[in-house]
Amino acid sequence: MTLGFTLAYLTLIVLIPLAGLVWRSASLGWGGMWHVATDPRTLNALKISFGTSFVAALVNVVFGVIVAWVLVRYRFPGRRIIDAVVDLPFALPTAVAGIALTALYSKNGWIGKWLDPLGIKVAFTPIGITIALIFIGLPFVVRTVQPVMEEIRKEVEEAAATLGATRFQTITRVLLPGLTPAILTGFALAFARAVGEYGSVIFIAGNLPYISEIAPLLIVIRLEEFDYTGATAIAAIMLIISFTMLFVINLIQAWSRRRYGYAT
Amino acid sequence: MKHSRFSLSLAAALFAATVSFQSLSAAHADTTLLNVSYDPTRELYKDYNAAFAAKWKADTGETLTIQTSHGGSGAQARSVIDGLDADVVTLALESDISAIVKATKKINPDWRTKYPHNSAPYTSTIVFLVRKGNPKGIKDWGDLVKDGVEVITPNPKTSGGARWNYLAAWAWAYGQYGGDEAKIKDYIGNLFQHVPVLDSGARGSTTTFAQRELGDVLLAWENEAYLASDEFGADKFDIIVPPQSILAEPPVAVVDGNVDAKGTRKVAEAYLQYLYSAEGQTIAAKHFYRPAEPKLVPADILKKLPELKLVTIDDPIFGGWAKAQPYHFGDGGTFDQIYKPKK
Amino acid sequence: MRHELPQPPEPATKAWHPATTESRTARFVLIGVALAFLGLFLLLPLISVFFEAFRKGPAAYFAAFADADALSAIRLTLLVAVIAVPLNLVFGVVAAWTIAKFEFKGKAFLTTLIDLPFSVSPVISGLVYVLLFSSHSALGPWLKSHGIEILFAVPGIVLATVFVTFPFVARELIPLMQEQGTTDEEAALSLGANGWQTFWHVTLPNIKWGLLYGVLLCNARAMGEFGAVSVVSGHIRGLTNTMPLQVEILYNEFNTVAAFAVASLLALLALVTLVLKTLLELRYGAELAANGGH
Repeated sequence: MTLGFTLAYLTLIVLIPLAGLVWRSASLGWGGMWHVATDPRTLNALKISFGTSFVAALVNVVFGVIVAWVLVRYRFPGRRIIDAVVDLPFALPTAVAGIALTALYSKNGWIGKWLDPLGIKVAFTPIGITIALIFIGLPFVVRTVQPVMEEIRKEVEEAAATLGATRFQTITRVLLPGLTPAILTGFALAFARAVGEYGSVIFIAGNLPYISEIAPLLIVIRLEEFDYTGATAIAAIMLIISFTMLFVINLIQAWSRRRYGYAT
Repeated sequence: MKHSRFSLSLAAALFAATVSFQSLSAAHADTTLLNVSYDPTRELYKDYNAAFAAKWKADTGETLTIQTSHGGSGAQARSVIDGLDADVVTLALESDISAIVKATKKINPDWRTKYPHNSAPYTSTIVFLVRKGNPKGIKDWGDLVKDGVEVITPNPKTSGGARWNYLAAWAWAYGQYGGDEAKIKDYIGNLFQHVPVLDSGARGSTTTFAQRELGDVLLAWENEAYLASDEFGADKFDIIVPPQSILAEPPVAVVDGNVDAKGTRKVAEAYLQYLYSAEGQTIAAKHFYRPAEPKLVPADILKKLPELKLVTIDDPIFGGWAKAQPYHFGDGGTFDQIYKPKK
Repeated sequence: MRHELPQPPEPATKAWHPATTESRTARFVLIGVALAFLGLFLLLPLISVFFEAFRKGPAAYFAAFADADALSAIRLTLLVAVIAVPLNLVFGVVAAWTIAKFEFKGKAFLTTLIDLPFSVSPVISGLVYVLLFSSHSALGPWLKSHGIEILFAVPGIVLATVFVTFPFVARELIPLMQEQGTTDEEAALSLGANGWQTFWHVTLPNIKWGLLYGVLLCNARAMGEFGAVSVVSGHIRGLTNTMPLQVEILYNEFNTVAAFAVASLLALLALVTLVLKTLLELRYGAELAANGGH
């Protein structure tokens, strides 16, 4: 019965609207879809979206794991505040984040004015997009890795140390492999979220076709050209990619639950 | 499943929501009119709505609430097509209203003949806003492609204003190169090589230029240029009026299908008609739109809008919106052809 | 997203064997890196919001809230959250219950569908409702002829918000419930409790903090959603503008102080959410550790 309710609500809120989208773009046929997908402008937008999201997710993996490690293992004043701050991007409206980041990184902003003399332009370039996406994605990595880190039993590390492993070896050979599924999940979540992000990116991206135009913006542009089919086709392509990625994440999780016996 | 407690609290929440929403809509009693407009007209219609509501009250005793919605001209037209209940549309481009006519038949095809001057109660043109003292010496369209000049303009695909910018540049190049299309496209292509940011709307570009201090020259609506220099201080910018520009005619129309359904035709028509009155024209001129009937406007207000050579969209160069829109801005149009990424 | 509330017990640090921690220097460097990264990427933008909001003094700041359009935006935002959050709360609990307590085929598939709104671009979330309800769709004109307005009215905004915040509660509860397993419920049932009693007296107390956290995040996102709402709102001043849309409008009107003032209210909401969550953890840390299932 609960399954019935879950499915009914899911169908009503998520499936029917998305099916409408797929149905609409299906009117294009495969040839039409392929034509939209391989249009250089679309390709570039997808490349920019996926490229910047990939870099942002990578940065988030490195720093997210460090942040999670620091939060789990060390005790220092203000730790709880820091722990809470990690969730900020979940709670802060994306448009606010976008405006704030643009104000910071444009050449008369607090950070931009130091970078500009060095010839580094952040706002209105792909770097700016990446920074906004780092902001959006960080909590996904920290919050996926943190609980798993908390469950690592210290006996394992002690055993490794007793067997003569250096601390570095213990971390890279013993701890990291156990964390890998969680890190992968965090990466994939941050990546998937970043690909679709619109509100925060739109302010800081230069929105130049082929250079800093993200795929969601291209959807909006197509809509404003009254080109519904074009817009839905790009949307459907992104939808398929997101779905595939999430499905893989959930398979990783199911797999790691069986293998390691804990949730990621 | 016995969801009694949950459904109870859910029902309570929904009830509270309904009540608060009703009180929200109760604030808008009597007649309401929805004007769906484009970005730079916010200030104009704020004043005009107050003036018209006062006049309507004096004439009929009815309290009139005028709601406005602003956004990119194309996006706004799309909202109306998708079902936004606009009584009147006041957009940047004739082709945006034509899109509504074509997609929904909610506006009669003869809308351009309903009001004087092709249903454009005010016009505007495209001018240059430059940094104080004009350090890059920008005086005419040719100067925009000089080395080291950065030009700020919104994206012609998403912004009505940007299309006028584009066409104004095109018209200049047309005269310059004697109509040689290859050379015109070269110039336009070169021009867009100088554009570092393509915002999606005219306002976004103004913010980029004025607040983010990016670029040397902003191609802007005349009214937008004056507004920016008012907002950010006249000591920061100069307005350069090029010798030739384009006559932009932002049109207005009653959305026939919607006003007939809502019974607001009378007030909607009066609302647009009043734009042509002395008061309407003066308000437009005060906001730096060029009034269609300049003789109704005090001379000291007009003085700020200098004479220049203006090319219209119906000029043979363009052949009207119905032709220019797909030719330049449609998928694969001249804009798509000239836009090459910087490598 | 899969944050679990249980924290390791505080004294654990002292019990660490030296061989299982890093050198002092390494620790300081790591803490430093983490703090610098968070400061640069998370805190600085937040501070700049408040800095801009108060740039012209508190009077200008508070004047921003006297505006009728701003007030109606605040009201609309609250209204949308009040409808969307309870809906997703009920759904989240039921869905998590289904997924965690029963075994059935296609579970990973179902979980993926629940996750989907997370990674669907907000623009697409708005677009799907436009396609569904616009006046040239099959459904739109029919609803309209029955006096029901969805698009460019409150129902459309609510729907888009429900879609975007759909997974928050469920996503929070699924791992928690999966870890707790079904033994407690089985015990209750064998002692003669019915399904509802079991849920109310056994399951709910076990998940209440996770639930609350999910609701807080769901609420924050519901109030802050921009992209999806922007597509379906119609942007009618004082009527269908939510707070994030109002921020954009004010920003576009060169009214920076007011824009950031409204933004700061949203940021404040984010902060309150985080403070509440931290307080919950502090206060119930022990209890959580006890019944967290470890």
